[in-house]
Amino acid sequence: MSGDARISRVAVVGAGRVGTAVARTLVDAGYCVTLSGSGDPADLELLAAVVAPGAHVAWTADAVASADLVIVSIPLHRLPTLDPSLLHGKLVVDAMNYWPPVDGRLDEFEEAAGGSSVVVQRLLAGATVVKTFNHVGYHDLEVDRRPAGHPQRLGLAVAGDSPAAVASVAELIDRIGYDPVTLPSLTDGRSLQPGGVVFGARLTAAEITLAVTRSAHDAAA
Amino acid sequence: MELGIGAFGDANRDPATGTRTSEAQAIRNVVESIVVAEQAGLDWFGLGEHHTPEFPVSAAATVLAAAAARTSRIKLSSAVTVLSTDDPVRVYEQYSTVDAISNGRVEMIPGRGSSIESFPLFGYDLREYDQLFAEKLDLLLEVNRSPRVTWEGTTRPALHGEYVPPRAEHGPIPIWLGVGGNPGSVIRAAQLGLPMATGVLGGSAIRSSSNADLYRHAAEKFGNTPEQTLVMLGSPGFLMRDGKKARDAWWPHWHQFMKVVGEQRGFAPPTRDSYDRDTAPQGGLLIGSPEEIAERIILMHQHWGHVRQYLHIDMGGVPQKDLLHAIELFGTEVRPLVQRELGATPVDVLMGRRPAPLAASA
Amino acid sequence: MSNQSTPAVRREPRVTDPAPDGVHFGIGTFAFQPQEPDGSPTPGPQVIRDVIEEAVAAEQAGLDSFGIAEHYRPGMMDSAAPVILGAIAARTSTLRVGTAVTVLSTQDPVRVYNDFATLDAASGGRAQLIVGRGSAIESFPLFGFDLSDYEQLFEEKLDLLMRLLREQPVTWSGRFRPPLVDQVLEPQISPGGVPVWVGVGGSPQSVMRAARFGLPLMLGLIGGTLEHFKPLTDLYRRSLDALQQTQQPVGMHVHGYIADTDEEALERFWPVWSGTMNAEAPKRGWAPYRRERYEAEAIGGALFVGSPETVARRVASAMQTLGATRFDFVAAASRMPHTEKRDSIERFGREVVPRVRQLLAASDSNAGWPDVR
Repeated sequence: MSGDARISRVAVVGAGRVGTAVARTLVDAGYCVTLSGSGDPADLELLAAVVAPGAHVAWTADAVASADLVIVSIPLHRLPTLDPSLLHGKLVVDAMNYWPPVDGRLDEFEEAAGGSSVVVQRLLAGATVVKTFNHVGYHDLEVDRRPAGHPQRLGLAVAGDSPAAVASVAELIDRIGYDPVTLPSLTDGRSLQPGGVVFGARLTAAEITLAVTRSAHDAAA
Repeated sequence: MELGIGAFGDANRDPATGTRTSEAQAIRNVVESIVVAEQAGLDWFGLGEHHTPEFPVSAAATVLAAAAARTSRIKLSSAVTVLSTDDPVRVYEQYSTVDAISNGRVEMIPGRGSSIESFPLFGYDLREYDQLFAEKLDLLLEVNRSPRVTWEGTTRPALHGEYVPPRAEHGPIPIWLGVGGNPGSVIRAAQLGLPMATGVLGGSAIRSSSNADLYRHAAEKFGNTPEQTLVMLGSPGFLMRDGKKARDAWWPHWHQFMKVVGEQRGFAPPTRDSYDRDTAPQGGLLIGSPEEIAERIILMHQHWGHVRQYLHIDMGGVPQKDLLHAIELFGTEVRPLVQRELGATPVDVLMGRRPAPLAASA
Repeated sequence: MSNQSTPAVRREPRVTDPAPDGVHFGIGTFAFQPQEPDGSPTPGPQVIRDVIEEAVAAEQAGLDSFGIAEHYRPGMMDSAAPVILGAIAARTSTLRVGTAVTVLSTQDPVRVYNDFATLDAASGGRAQLIVGRGSAIESFPLFGFDLSDYEQLFEEKLDLLMRLLREQPVTWSGRFRPPLVDQVLEPQISPGGVPVWVGVGGSPQSVMRAARFGLPLMLGLIGGTLEHFKPLTDLYRRSLDALQQTQQPVGMHVHGYIADTDEEALERFWPVWSGTMNAEAPKRGWAPYRRERYEAEAIGGALFVGSPETVARRVASAMQTLGATRFDFVAAASRMPHTEKRDSIERFGREVVPRVRQLLAASDSNAGWPDVR
């Protein structure tokens, strides 16, 4: 469990729109980034060189093995193709969303009262799962970065059950250009997923905190 | 640089008046828009396929045929054909028929589109999307190449040399691969040797242009010719003589459109703040005066190197008269400004095709 | 109209609105590639453009409708009828635009709905359909259907199409297409919907099916004698009564050619028609077509060849014999070069139809439409 260590090596599993946008922001922030896809890394070399210059490519197993943090950004319905044993003992960011129009209906996610990341955590039982990145549009992620202290700096929520893991990821979020808003439980991720108050809204950290608090209050009322 | 218009056949409620046009009228509005686009000197018109009350054009080829009969110069395209849930044989037959009616003015953009409602309608499983699309694209390209096709796959009955008529008059119909922005799909376009149609749907107008670089690098790697390696871009857009008025006028429609999409997909409607960012001089929404939009397209061209830019206007219940006026401004004012800067070579010439005949017998 | 009391019926398919006298005259075409004077075939795309011009000519000649067939073979350009009809709709304003016939057996009724509801919108409510099993079978292998399902395919697909046209949302399941659950199709169509006729070639089972669905009947006559069809129309009307369905109109879809004189028409049409029949003969197991048979059919049978006056008299008589109130004319077997086909369509509209209307009006036996017995 590496949640309390400072992150320097990040594996981004999934080289689609989200994965490549996340990889670019991480490279810009000085992280050592390795991208992997579902197949041979040779197929990704050109893609990485042009779309995420500075990121390395590797087989998923190799990328994950040497990483302090693994960001999973594949279509959620493909998650079963990822071998959970590779992620055993790893700090994992779930950047995915359950989106029936694209994923088809997935019963276990339909019935996920605690939110989709709780199911992801169950499927990746040996890993420590943290939810972030999922609530911003991939096309906004780079455009909306701001230096710390900028009055219009936006927030990114980080939800997880392990305080140390959440703190590590929050530090990374700050470094790439957002104010982290830490939420103490993976089930708080419900506010971040489609239909939740934060999803797709461009909010400051204070606005996120307020929205999540109100939403929790409304749910309790 | 060619300029064009993309449409969905919008039947959304107009947020200003609260009224909704009939679905039949929405279809006739598309035909009228195409006629006006040609009169304004625009080069291309693309029509999407959807199966919803907001966007009721479920048989785009029939609507394009009606427009073909009333125009003589403008290119007519699907944008996009939801190929995964259609039969490539029927798709070819429909578009080659429009090609005949229009004297060779037809193009096709197969792609995923935003139309996922067609999956349950035609009994397909979304989880098989990738295989469905890959196989059907393969067959469409094959039918486009040869009149008698022998083909076998898992998503459609096999073909054993059956004839697929009518054959397009000027050789294969230009097929652009519709790409949503996934780098893997960009590489696939290059791998298939196809020109690429992609979009900027907000955010920055230039940020995602690395996909165009990726496409060209990949095309080089696969040994594609320059004639195969072309990019067209679509963007939401709206014009009025006064740029600020255009942004104020279009905002409620954009908000309405994104609100409906957001409700379906679970995201919050856009704020005016993000709209202002996206309509600013480097933003991905092409809303403004003719001069502002011409400048934006020229800026985008420096990054994307695209050969055709189209505007998508009919979203969120924009009144037809405002839409027609925007089309006129785009054709009569933006097009000359852009072409003065970027030239006026027809895409047909860049593709190595004979330009479609002017003033056909329509 | 059906007198079945189905609850929650939102739309009842309208029957083609009759002209004031209740009679409807149309043109049918097959979009054949004809031979040019130099012997070469007219290029296929040009044939499609010519069909559009012929439809425009039909409207200008006062005709009520234009119908396009559906085939998938070299030499025929009618594989995407609704697309051609979309172009025709844009060039006309009163002409009904339809098919003759849509091979429903190998189509998806959902796409047929999409195509014809879109056409109906584009044309301002002028779309109509004749659906049939199809006499040509090349669409079966092309779309992966099994000919041994010929009957069941048509039955099931007609059932689904009519449900889609009559009442939405639709929940449906069958053998030949994935099920639909609470499905609403777009675009919504104008009140009354798109009229559907059932096209039959001569099979009593098909006639009874049309009656069972309570749909109007279109008889496809490829020559032959009218006497052969009389029992079928009787069967149709009795079946409707037996099923307690409202009586529906009967139409006929026939071939012919018009020239200044009977002799000229007969001579000019002979090579075209015998060529057509002899090309089909081996595929359908017909005997070689001979001149004696041609003359018998063209003078006293179901082939309408001659001067305008001769053809008009024979059309009026045939409609009275069969109690038909719709008459679709396939001019020049759809095989002659464009200009001759167009001329023949114009003569049918301008010279034959007004005379037929006169003759029918003068006759007591025509009781008007839709109450034809």
